[in-house]
Amino acid sequence: MKFGVIQFPGSTCDYDCFYALNDVLQVGVEFIWHKQTNLEGYDGIILPGGFTYGDYLRVGAIARFSPVMSAVIDYASAGGLVLGICNGFQILTEAGLLPGALMRNNSLHFICRYSYLKVENNQTPYTVSCKAGQVLKIPIAHGDGNYYIDNYDLSELTKNNQIVLRYCEKNGEITSEANPNGAVYNIAAICNKEGNVLGMMPHPERCVEDCLGSSDGKYIFNSILNFIKKSKVKL
Amino acid sequence: MWLVKIYVTLKKGLLDAQGKATQNALESLGFKEVEEVRMGKYINIEMKGQNQQMVIQRVEEMGKKLLANPVIEDFNYEVEVLK
Repeated sequence: MKFGVIQFPGSTCDYDCFYALNDVLQVGVEFIWHKQTNLEGYDGIILPGGFTYGDYLRVGAIARFSPVMSAVIDYASAGGLVLGICNGFQILTEAGLLPGALMRNNSLHFICRYSYLKVENNQTPYTVSCKAGQVLKIPIAHGDGNYYIDNYDLSELTKNNQIVLRYCEKNGEITSEANPNGAVYNIAAICNKEGNVLGMMPHPERCVEDCLGSSDGKYIFNSILNFIKKSKVKL
Repeated sequence: MWLVKIYVTLKKGLLDAQGKATQNALESLGFKEVEEVRMGKYINIEMKGQNQQMVIQRVEEMGKKLLANPVIEDFNYEVEVLK
């Protein structure tokens, strides 16, 4: 099994993703420079967090035109697994691979802390190892995580089960107090209709060992690994 | 040469957190008459173009492709001849 972590100028969580996959989960992983245009041979692609191109113009707006992104769009259209974390999520919305947009946090603060997330859909490649309604403890670290989508598209997301994680209280209750950034419907992660592309603001790669305060990020990575193993058996 | 003044603003109805914070600051300084503050980006572009119509066409493309995100932003501009 081999994953690729894309490095854009300004990516900052690339090594954390590499560490989580290589050292903790012990699967193959390589860095992919943003000028590369061939993604053959990878079982999954990760767009890590960071501040690509200094967040100039809009978050993710310039990275979206990096040479590797046409390859990512082709890879995703062919059903490949693409996970965007934080800035990676922002890039995926800018690229049109995911609906909606990420705006400035409604508090204007950069928020870096643990958050609780309710698993709304445990049928995606990224959540198959979670129980329905399970509460995950995964940190957030962003200034622009305020997910926006209009009412019509929100109902489409709901109808197609594209809402994957929502900010909640420790006990799983969805409240406005648990919403750190003003995101519509407490949305923390969504997937595309097909389910192979996922964007999430929380950082699973930052919590894969108990000494970090939580190892719940492993649920996300183990889901991906289990999903790939199962689909390989089917082939 | 042409001068294009581009204004990118959050769509009406969306919470403009920066505008709101600035409005609160103005109010606390005593500018009680302020009703609403909306923040945005101003982009100044100097460009070549045979005529105004062609310039507008190119600027519209720039807006759609890069300068604004139509999900959350409005895109407006003024075109002037640059002397």
